[in-house]
Amino acid sequence: MAIARRKFDAVIIGAGGAGMRAALQLSEAGLKVAVLSKVFPTRSHTVAAQGGIAAALGNVTEDNWHWHMYDTVKGSDYLGDQDAIEFMCRQANEVVYELEHFGMPFDRLENGKIYQRPFGGQSQNFGGAQATRSCAAADRTGHAMLHTLYQRNVRANTQFFIEWMGLDLIRDEQGDVLGVTALEMETGEVMVLQAKATLFATGGAGRIFHASTNAFINTGDGLGMAARAGIPLEDMEFWQFHPTGVYGVGVLISEAVRGEGGYLLNKDGERFMQRYAPHAKDLASRDVVSRALTTEIKEGRGCGKDADHLLLKLDHLGADVINMRLPGIREIAIKFAQVDPINEPIPVAPTAHYMMGGIPTNFHGQVVAPYKTGPEEVVPGFYAVGECACVSVHGANRLGTNSLLDIIVFGRAAGNRIIEDLKKNPHHKPLPADATDKVLARLARLENQKGGENVAQVGTALRKTMQAHCGVFRFADMLKQGVSRIGEVAERVAQTEIGDKSRVFNTARIEALELDNLVEVALATMVSAEARNESRGAHARDDFPQRDDDKWLKHTLYFSAGRRLDYKPVRLKPLTVESFPPKPRVY
Amino acid sequence: MRFSIYRYDPDKDDKPYMQDYDVALEPSDRMLLDALVRIKSVDDSLSLRRSCREGVCGSDAMNINGRNGLACITPVAGLREPVELRPLPGLPVIRDLIVDMTQFFQQYHSIKPYLINNDPPPETERLQSPAERAELDGVYECILCACCTTACPSFWWNPDKFVGPAGLLQAYRFLADSRDQAGAERLDNLEDPYRLFRCHSIMNCVDACPKGLNPTSAIGKIKDMMVKRTV
Repeated sequence: MAIARRKFDAVIIGAGGAGMRAALQLSEAGLKVAVLSKVFPTRSHTVAAQGGIAAALGNVTEDNWHWHMYDTVKGSDYLGDQDAIEFMCRQANEVVYELEHFGMPFDRLENGKIYQRPFGGQSQNFGGAQATRSCAAADRTGHAMLHTLYQRNVRANTQFFIEWMGLDLIRDEQGDVLGVTALEMETGEVMVLQAKATLFATGGAGRIFHASTNAFINTGDGLGMAARAGIPLEDMEFWQFHPTGVYGVGVLISEAVRGEGGYLLNKDGERFMQRYAPHAKDLASRDVVSRALTTEIKEGRGCGKDADHLLLKLDHLGADVINMRLPGIREIAIKFAQVDPINEPIPVAPTAHYMMGGIPTNFHGQVVAPYKTGPEEVVPGFYAVGECACVSVHGANRLGTNSLLDIIVFGRAAGNRIIEDLKKNPHHKPLPADATDKVLARLARLENQKGGENVAQVGTALRKTMQAHCGVFRFADMLKQGVSRIGEVAERVAQTEIGDKSRVFNTARIEALELDNLVEVALATMVSAEARNESRGAHARDDFPQRDDDKWLKHTLYFSAGRRLDYKPVRLKPLTVESFPPKPRVY
Repeated sequence: MRFSIYRYDPDKDDKPYMQDYDVALEPSDRMLLDALVRIKSVDDSLSLRRSCREGVCGSDAMNINGRNGLACITPVAGLREPVELRPLPGLPVIRDLIVDMTQFFQQYHSIKPYLINNDPPPETERLQSPAERAELDGVYECILCACCTTACPSFWWNPDKFVGPAGLLQAYRFLADSRDQAGAERLDNLEDPYRLFRCHSIMNCVDACPKGLNPTSAIGKIKDMMVKRTV
């Protein structure tokens, strides 16, 4: 079978905030860049981000990047790499102003400056009073950002391949990445996209969980492709459960609700967060708040007939504030919870939300993996940014509104790095003869499978297994069982069968290929979680309730081949300032 | 619950047809998209676009019992049975409920949907008063789902010439932005018997918008701007 081939300077997989920020850098530099996306760019999941983008602009309260850095290190439970965190926080103001210059419709303060609101884990003066750091466009900040970035890319004439799915990485014998194979959804054609630089910006994989705030498209495609190509996945045990997903549905209710003054109540009408975080209360870090909700439910103080959710009260903010600052939340509550938050509290429960782990990179967006000289060795030609990457600025727990910052800072940084790297490597390397063998075999297996299992059914088994065995609190026996159960799911994934054999927009085939990626993410998560015998950030072990810096102040690396684990040190040394050494984390 | 769904796969069908599905919904299947996902788990050949499932990405626009809307925020309770689902009208069908949106996006691109300001950017943000920023409310929230444009008879007749309500709403979004400097150029771009003036205030767009936006009002404001600059 002859496969069409095209050559680009750079290929970007994913057109969310990270991919489009990188694309803009490359297009404006005059490089020939192809941006592939499973969906039209403005449908990427960045669009669902609500509360804001963190930057110490100081428009409302005094602020500076160093305080932001401290909060991010502490929020990460000291697992974040401090060089990357310094890099991100130092650039925050500049990239936010740049977005404003691009036309992003931020809300405004009376003096005409960008509106900012408080978010969890933000402090002044290294752990002092609450800071007000999240720059917001109502509660639609992601939508405003994503559309602005698309618009700016239209202006820059960026070439998009819309409704194309990346299938597999192409690596040569030296391990260099030379491009990808991809599937055009409308025609079913497979193509080789050869590139001097391949950048993954494929977003999250929250669809490994049954209850998730994530979009259907968040299937960890970049992680699956990387894992199959021998690249390790870092810190996959760390998943953020957002404290406030709409009960029973999972749709996100922004932390901005609490930032604007909303608070959580149990069935006794008690503001229970003051028991768990006396200082920060409802604006403690998300891992802390999610554990508090889960404990309240477990101890019988949940609401409703099944005592399985809590209430988020905001009616006291008044109709004006709600309509002006939280209009999208009101819309979601009315549609998905059948309550108008102007009058009634919203029923909420912790819901899988964000993957702190991902493809290991340095702060230039270059993918790093152990090869010959050590765990920080650059994989030539391969870059990753955004949620699919682990740079690692979020460590064991991400602070709210740091993700929109992450995608912009590292999207831009990776773009700049690619421009530099391509000056040194101006030519395409030859493709290996077997570049497409594995992916064609995988596609052929799916087309020809007889007597296999339905994709939706296996997907449900995967999601239910992850939900039951790897949730907010984790138990040794459940994790051990989870490893074997998810292993069984993996065997079923290898035998899936699709009824639809059409070439034209075959979404059954897409969902089967997505399941190949989901299962890599699920395996990495369960195996990594089972091994980490401590509690840190979002990884809360019932049998090891304390953080253990002597044994576990290190990053996990999961290798798909053999489902093997390795570890590498946390980069505790920042770029210019003093390190923040680990200390007890209280809010 | 009974559904009647438009089916067409150019790979095997000579012409489109309607297929009936009877499905037992679970209590958790509250929205039309939940029902479609359940149908697809049984018949994986049913093709549709979907992503965020909360009404912000704009993927799952379709014609539901004769009206355009988003499946993910349309409650199944209260829908007349059989629930008749068709692709958005006026655009070529690729397969089943999936339409070719090329023309829709060409019209969007034609209005130069990006801020134009040729001054060197300041060190910090450009200032904008809350009142100036409020001009963008009800405009910037568009999710490009095409419910409005494909409900508009003027677009059906002239999809290549008439910008359509979604594109014009975005044209107004930049005309209304105090930071934009290309107002005259933007109006020139629309000064044409078709591009703007094919809008006859039929107001199907307002009725169709799942986000409660009002393209007709924005179009009226653009027409006002046209008039003001000629007098």
